[in-house]
Amino acid sequence: MSADVTNALKQKFPQVTDRPSSDHPAFDVPLADVLAVLRYFRDEQQFDLLMDLTAIDWAEGASPRFTVVYHLLSTTRPGTYVRVAAPCAGTEAEPTAPSVVPLWPAADWHERECFDMFGIRFEGHPDLRRILMWDGYPYFPLRKEFPLAGIETDLPVADIAEETGTRVIAAPMAGGPFVASQGEMNLTEAEPRAKDESWSDRRARPDQTALRQMKD
Amino acid sequence: MVTPQELGYNSKVEGGVIVSRADAAINWIRTNSMWPMPMGLACCAIELMAVGGARFDIARFGAEVMRFSPRQSDCMIVAGTVTYKMAPQVRRIYDQMAAPKWVIAMGACASSGGMYRSYATLQGVDRIVPVDVYVSGCPPRPEALLDALLKLQDKVRREPAASRLLSA
Repeated sequence: MSADVTNALKQKFPQVTDRPSSDHPAFDVPLADVLAVLRYFRDEQQFDLLMDLTAIDWAEGASPRFTVVYHLLSTTRPGTYVRVAAPCAGTEAEPTAPSVVPLWPAADWHERECFDMFGIRFEGHPDLRRILMWDGYPYFPLRKEFPLAGIETDLPVADIAEETGTRVIAAPMAGGPFVASQGEMNLTEAEPRAKDESWSDRRARPDQTALRQMKD
Repeated sequence: MVTPQELGYNSKVEGGVIVSRADAAINWIRTNSMWPMPMGLACCAIELMAVGGARFDIARFGAEVMRFSPRQSDCMIVAGTVTYKMAPQVRRIYDQMAAPKWVIAMGACASSGGMYRSYATLQGVDRIVPVDVYVSGCPPRPEALLDALLKLQDKVRREPAASRLLSA
């Protein structure tokens, strides 16, 4: 069945290329054709369900910097699942991609999340606001240059920030990030541990400034 | 009319009058009906529900009346992960509670950020509101929260009753 989908697609869109995938068929599509390809999948191949819409950050300086990925499922043909990837247009700071909300209304919140985390502007989206972080948050947390601990900034509400004197700080990593070991072992050993154990609850922190792991 | 001098020896009123300090009486009242404001933000709230249920029954300690209106509650139980997005609302609700008021930070996340060492999570609710009792655990057992309530009652019993009236 997947061979049928691949052949039919390639006949209609010769510019589509295969994308390495360990399970379901996946395709690389130029951004200009992505709406047409997705519409073809929805209308003529019965991919009626948009399972997921996400993005890949290929790190600073890469070209393309961002790729959007669409996961499609056909509910009328169970088990039929494809992924479509398209490199974003625009600049590194403001990448753009066309919105697929007109095709699948489910894309609305997916695109908002993608915008929130990566800063990809979906052109034609009816209401492109942040969905997880608050309005006015200055960064895009899933970009490669953003540290896991975060960057110091202001609380979302000004009067509360003034009253409490609290700011959004870079989280103390306490020797983390933490990773769990794999394989057969007892539960105590399988607990997540810090890769860097130069300081922990047993060993003292070298100095107080380690609390604020600012990237700069 | 009973004068203080009479209390010691008058057999007619003996046993009918209790002499105490106002602080002790007020704190006794406060400790035994400490209505919680359930600030359920994550999985700790499930344990908080268990505490309110029949098996653990927080009613035994007079704190079963979960008020979802901050105006009617005495003790905010912050149960769960506080994100930076939620933090101002937690403080706003705390500000809306009438004094005297107390705060229990339930679980690792509310106490210190817990395992969420990340850009999105407030590293301990004590950065936003003053905390009276911290409960360890991820999530804490219901018994641990009951213990925290008893500790808080113990603390309230020992403080001057008027000192809390003007607390922020």
